[in-house]
Amino acid sequence: MRALLIVFLKEFLENLRDRRTLISALLLGPLFGPMLFGAMVSRMLNQGVVESDEPLRLTVSGKEHAPGLVRYLESQGVTLVFAPLSESGARTVVRSGAAPVVLIIPDEYGARFTAAVPAPVLLVADSADSTTRKSADRARLLLSAYGSGIAQLRLQVRGVSPLLAVPVAVNEIDIATPTGRAVVVLGFMTYFVLFAVLMGGLYVAIDSTAGERERGSLEALLSLPVARGSLVGGKLLATCAYMCLSLAISLTAFVFVFRFVPLERLGMSANLGVRTALAFFAICLPFIPLGAALMTFVASFTRSYREAQTYLTTVLLVPTLPIAFASIYSLKTKASLMFIPSLSQHLLMTSVLKDEPVEVVDVLASAGSSLAIALVLIALTARHWRRETMLG
Amino acid sequence: MIEAAALSKRFGTVDAVTQVSFSARDGEITGLLGPNGAGKSTCLRMMYGVLTPDSGSACIDGIDIRGETSAARAHLGVLPHAAGLYNNLTARENIAYFGALQGLGREALRGRTAQLARSLGMESFIERRVKGFSQGQRIKVALARALVHDPGNLILDEPTNGLDVMAVRGLRDMLRALKDQGRCILFSSHVMQEVAALCDRVVIIGRGRVLADGTPQAIRERSGTQTLEEAFLQVLGDAEGVS
Repeated sequence: MRALLIVFLKEFLENLRDRRTLISALLLGPLFGPMLFGAMVSRMLNQGVVESDEPLRLTVSGKEHAPGLVRYLESQGVTLVFAPLSESGARTVVRSGAAPVVLIIPDEYGARFTAAVPAPVLLVADSADSTTRKSADRARLLLSAYGSGIAQLRLQVRGVSPLLAVPVAVNEIDIATPTGRAVVVLGFMTYFVLFAVLMGGLYVAIDSTAGERERGSLEALLSLPVARGSLVGGKLLATCAYMCLSLAISLTAFVFVFRFVPLERLGMSANLGVRTALAFFAICLPFIPLGAALMTFVASFTRSYREAQTYLTTVLLVPTLPIAFASIYSLKTKASLMFIPSLSQHLLMTSVLKDEPVEVVDVLASAGSSLAIALVLIALTARHWRRETMLG
Repeated sequence: MIEAAALSKRFGTVDAVTQVSFSARDGEITGLLGPNGAGKSTCLRMMYGVLTPDSGSACIDGIDIRGETSAARAHLGVLPHAAGLYNNLTARENIAYFGALQGLGREALRGRTAQLARSLGMESFIERRVKGFSQGQRIKVALARALVHDPGNLILDEPTNGLDVMAVRGLRDMLRALKDQGRCILFSSHVMQEVAALCDRVVIIGRGRVLADGTPQAIRERSGTQTLEEAFLQVLGDAEGVS
């Protein structure tokens, strides 16, 4: 036990003096997520807010064929720009971004409208462009509203109740709470938290294993009258300590970032205060020994810093897989899923974020399974360290 | 006192070491001499207990290294082939780390480090970080690290490899001083002059077997040659079936 503590203190101190460890564990790893996240969410929000506030800008070609339609659009507050354009001309204009949406009213519109047969219009827009897609949607809605208005008038004129044409009245009730809606946006934030946890220990795990071998201090260390288990234990503990620090910094930064991201402007509230951050910390805590053991185990087999780095970058991606699955199949917190590390932490954190009640059993299952796997990995690592092949 | 008794070790189908027996006495420097790949390192590694022999045993001051590894290691300092230091720690911290793992208390550690710094001439750089140390300075720190628990026995695996002339001379003087303190020193080398200049006893190893064992003079007389180098070549040649 004493030896374990000595190894821990030495690894902690040594890495504290290593610039590479400090930058990745206490700066890049924990702050990458919150920064990217804050920037992305505010951009998304600004875009959304700007688009619904601004009047729709519509370029119309052939306005003389449909004076009624043009009057309707103007009455709806649409900014109209008139320009005679052919279909290919309209494509070019939209593609170049000069006009977000172009409405082409062809020559036969007037005659067909009068004859009460479907009168064609062309709406040219780029649905792959996320900035103009909203404008196209709004134009489509206005056109169909105009169409149904005309249809009702025609039925009335012919003595038919317009209600006959509305067999079903759909009333939508959106039960998404403001927080719930925000979760869609915040969904992958949990990955950044787990990423910060792993990044915090990455270089310590490499330095205390492959680094020890590369600089040639390993054999001297293995020749000491110290149980190999104590060596592994001390190194793991140091890795865990850096992971805890990284997690704490990351969560602090997230709390800070969400103070300044105007989520409320979209009717969302992010339930990310100090209490949530503490809950996140508690949820992630059992993941720390698991991550540390996994990285130390993998790095113990490598011969050099570079080789270890290559393998461990892959390890960094491992926790994304369950989270990706979770979002593809929109998995909800379930007892059976609590036995999958990283996924269980992701689901629990999402629940906390949504302000949903969290079952104590689920928390215990998540912590228990993560710790159990960690113990197995620690035992495997210690066993490898006791082998002769460890000398390399 | 370091003793090897019929040590054997196979790696796969290769017999790395076969029935190696010899002893290194207190107050003497014993050289394990042999060409590259003769099995010197494997031999030494079994003697300080990081490799398990397939058969045979090794004892440090009469304590079996396999049976009571920790007790035996308390009597033994080791300078392995790769004796790297922790660059982000100072010389003192490097020494203290190993000292603490050897079980030394804070007070004992301070006294012992001061003593080693004096006797090895490290006082001027003991508080500096190891990064950027010269070879001579590094070997001093590595040696101090191996000696921190004041062991009666010292094993060094090719300690002069990669050292410049000045550092080699310094190391030689340090080993002589340690011998004069009554310690048992066992080191391996493939450099003839090295061994001839330093050793009281020589064990010549080739192809994993002991080919000759005795004082340099005795080995010369037995092979009827003028120099140890000639004796070495002759002994090896016999084994290879060349001469």
